[in-house]
Amino acid sequence: MIELRNVHKRFGRQVVLDGVDFVVEEGQTVALLGPSGTGKSVLLKHIIGLLTPDSGEVLVDGLSVPSLGRKALAELRKRIGYAFQTGALFDSVSVFENIRLGINDDGKYRDLDYCREHVAKCLRLVNLPEDVAKLMPNQLSGGMRKRVGIARAIAGSPKYLLYDEPTSGLDPVNADVMDGLIESLQKELRATSVVVSHDVRGSFRVADRIALLHQGRIRAVGTPEEFMAAKDGVVQEFLERDFQVADSEG
Amino acid sequence: MERMSRTTAELPIPVNAARSVARPVLGALEHVGRLGMMLLELGRALPEWRIWLPRTVEQCGNVGTGSLGIVVLTSVFAGGVTAVQAGYQFTGSIPLYLVGSIVAESIILELGPVLTGLLLAGRVGARYAAELGTMRVTEQIDALESLGRNPASHLLLPRVLAGILMLPALVIFADATGLLAGWLASKQTLHITNADFIYGTRYNFRAFDLWYSAIKALVFGAVITIVPCYVGYTAREGAEGVGRATTTAVVVSCVCLLILDFVLAKILLPT
Repeated sequence: MIELRNVHKRFGRQVVLDGVDFVVEEGQTVALLGPSGTGKSVLLKHIIGLLTPDSGEVLVDGLSVPSLGRKALAELRKRIGYAFQTGALFDSVSVFENIRLGINDDGKYRDLDYCREHVAKCLRLVNLPEDVAKLMPNQLSGGMRKRVGIARAIAGSPKYLLYDEPTSGLDPVNADVMDGLIESLQKELRATSVVVSHDVRGSFRVADRIALLHQGRIRAVGTPEEFMAAKDGVVQEFLERDFQVADSEG
Repeated sequence: MERMSRTTAELPIPVNAARSVARPVLGALEHVGRLGMMLLELGRALPEWRIWLPRTVEQCGNVGTGSLGIVVLTSVFAGGVTAVQAGYQFTGSIPLYLVGSIVAESIILELGPVLTGLLLAGRVGARYAAELGTMRVTEQIDALESLGRNPASHLLLPRVLAGILMLPALVIFADATGLLAGWLASKQTLHITNADFIYGTRYNFRAFDLWYSAIKALVFGAVITIVPCYVGYTAREGAEGVGRATTTAVVVSCVCLLILDFVLAKILLPT
């Protein structure tokens, strides 16, 4: 279980998280919505310990992430897969090496035959052909980079999966394909997931629960149906805006 | 509340003066602390040799063979110029064989290690700062950490070890080629005999001079890799931040190298 209790974070004078309470139960997929720049990615980075809160608690499997030592944090991170917004692929090594680095068992990492087989499996799971493994990251399109980033995130068979804006920068067709991919990965891996997004339609498709981050706090949280029925003006405004944008694009 | 909302310009002059002094001091202390933490991480990464060893070999290739050409070119000209200028000054009663002594001591004690260090501060330091800075701003370092891997053993330690191992090797090479070039230049321009040059070279030479050259190279190798690694690793704010980090890394490495050159001379050379 992932739990954030009264988390505060500021950068200089800018308050980004202002008392966030956020819970993700085992096996659930929660979509964290909110306009760009509201701190969704910052919240995600707190879960994996890339950022530490100014105050408040961040718990994963009952462990306080900010208090963990170097080794304990590295061990915890092996249970979490993080798909970065831009893929964040290591550009000096091939796709194969990128995904191989996601294998967190040292024995398996050194076994090249296992690695080849496992990398091919991860690529298949994200709907990419096996020969992509030979390419360098600069030979990939934006959508492929995101998928390779996801393949790397799932290479360690994580218990938790964190997706940072998986559909941002993609055209509607590819965004739809990406949503389908996340949906199928949830079924395949049964991981507990957090999907950070500003795409309402896609989030409704993949998530069990939806949360809205607004002005540094979780403004609303519930099932997609509850979220749609929410009478909160901020929630309604966010939904209306998104659907207007989607309609104008469609 | 009224007191809190006053702008800096409205504050009394002593408060502003204190702030303008305290900020850079605190900033410098912060850098020292973070650099210390990075060095600690490097030490902790040492047991992870399976990770850093192959990467160090790769980096040694980049630093060593990649820099050999420019190091040879520089040391050849440094040796040649030292010989010609020494001959120009030695007119009248000063014996010409001392040119050998001047060339050998200048190259081994100073020009070999310092010129090689400055060259590599530009070539390798800029590269390291730009590589790590780009990795930082494109979240590649965050990605490495998110995979439970240690950036110190994957990225930093191989680079620092490559500098520490390869700079002494390059400096010994620079010393040898500089001395050879000085000898050939002396023969061509000053018509000094081989025997006189060799006599002059041995005249003031002590075996410790070679150790001194190697110790300097070792220290310079550490400085020109640790500083750029730190600056690149802590880079911020996109492409502009990477550019700033690269410039800072080269400038700070060169300044540190020159300061250490003086400090090592004071400590190690008996006067």
